[in-house]
Amino acid sequence: MKQFQGQTLSWDLKDGIIELTLHREPLNEIGSATLEELEKFVAALDPLSREAHALILYSKLKAGFCAGADLRQLYGWIQEFGQSEVANHAREYLKRIHSVMNALDTAPLTTIAAVHGVTFGGGFELALTCDLIIADKLARFCFPELRLGLIPSFGGIPRLKRDLGNAVVRDLLLTGRSFNTTKAQQIGLVSQVVGEGEVLGAARATARQIGKFDRATAVSAKRFIKPIPLDELRKEIDMFCELLPRPAVQAGLKKFVESTDAQPYLP
Amino acid sequence: MPTAEKTLDEILTLAAAHFKVPREKLSPDDDFFKTLGIDSLQALDLLTKLENHFRVELPDYELQGVTDFRTLAGKIQVRL
Repeated sequence: MKQFQGQTLSWDLKDGIIELTLHREPLNEIGSATLEELEKFVAALDPLSREAHALILYSKLKAGFCAGADLRQLYGWIQEFGQSEVANHAREYLKRIHSVMNALDTAPLTTIAAVHGVTFGGGFELALTCDLIIADKLARFCFPELRLGLIPSFGGIPRLKRDLGNAVVRDLLLTGRSFNTTKAQQIGLVSQVVGEGEVLGAARATARQIGKFDRATAVSAKRFIKPIPLDELRKEIDMFCELLPRPAVQAGLKKFVESTDAQPYLP
Repeated sequence: MPTAEKTLDEILTLAAAHFKVPREKLSPDDDFFKTLGIDSLQALDLLTKLENHFRVELPDYELQGVTDFRTLAGKIQVRL
């Protein structure tokens, strides 16, 4: 399926470049609907990859790339399943999320996250599955999960450790602070910084450059230099499911859901 | 190092330019959320602009409870 138009995302293969575009209002929160469509994409990735050398992951929403997991859905699960059962439900959900993230991480083509604005939580984790991150000047990156008594659960901790090291993970995770693209580029997270509105153009130019190289060699090189931290990914799910039933988490999620602010867990 | 007054003035100028509000409508003790008509997401854009302009890093937890330009300028000033 070379083209797909869904409720939360769409994709298009053209000239050897797959563009996977997120467009779920208000800020591409990743819930069941997005997961289902990402699973469709992953199912289509194998045949798509035979005709492509690059994948660009992008958001067409003005506010940013992705604000992370759908916390309203998560709160809804606690209400529906109760503290004793919610962890089991979350575990099954996270296995599906990780399956998608792992497929993107190991995709047999070069992947580029073209990000702008808010790239937080699960959104940051989605960007981290890509081989390169290109960001516009106003992009910001954050793991805000500790503010809710949780940890990232979409694979972000092992991936960020793999790519940048433990100190960066500790800084982000334990303070919950966001940082801008200048800092992100200084520490090696972001490959290129471009002006506002220019990130997709820069990603396309990079993808065209990548298309000049032998694809089989690029795929082998990627497999060699990008190990998947499977053990740590499993441990991350375990730890999240241990934390989720705690009353502090329910209180944090309730406060989030009842807030009228655009990003209620920010200062 | 610039004075606190200069830093404050630059912040007001940057905020006016970024959010397309006349500079003369902004005062140091204004609630910038109300005066600029912005939410916390847009405040992050302002934070990025200020960090890049002043070449500082300002952790967003430092901005908890900060709503006026003068206090914001003070937070930036200590990092210059």
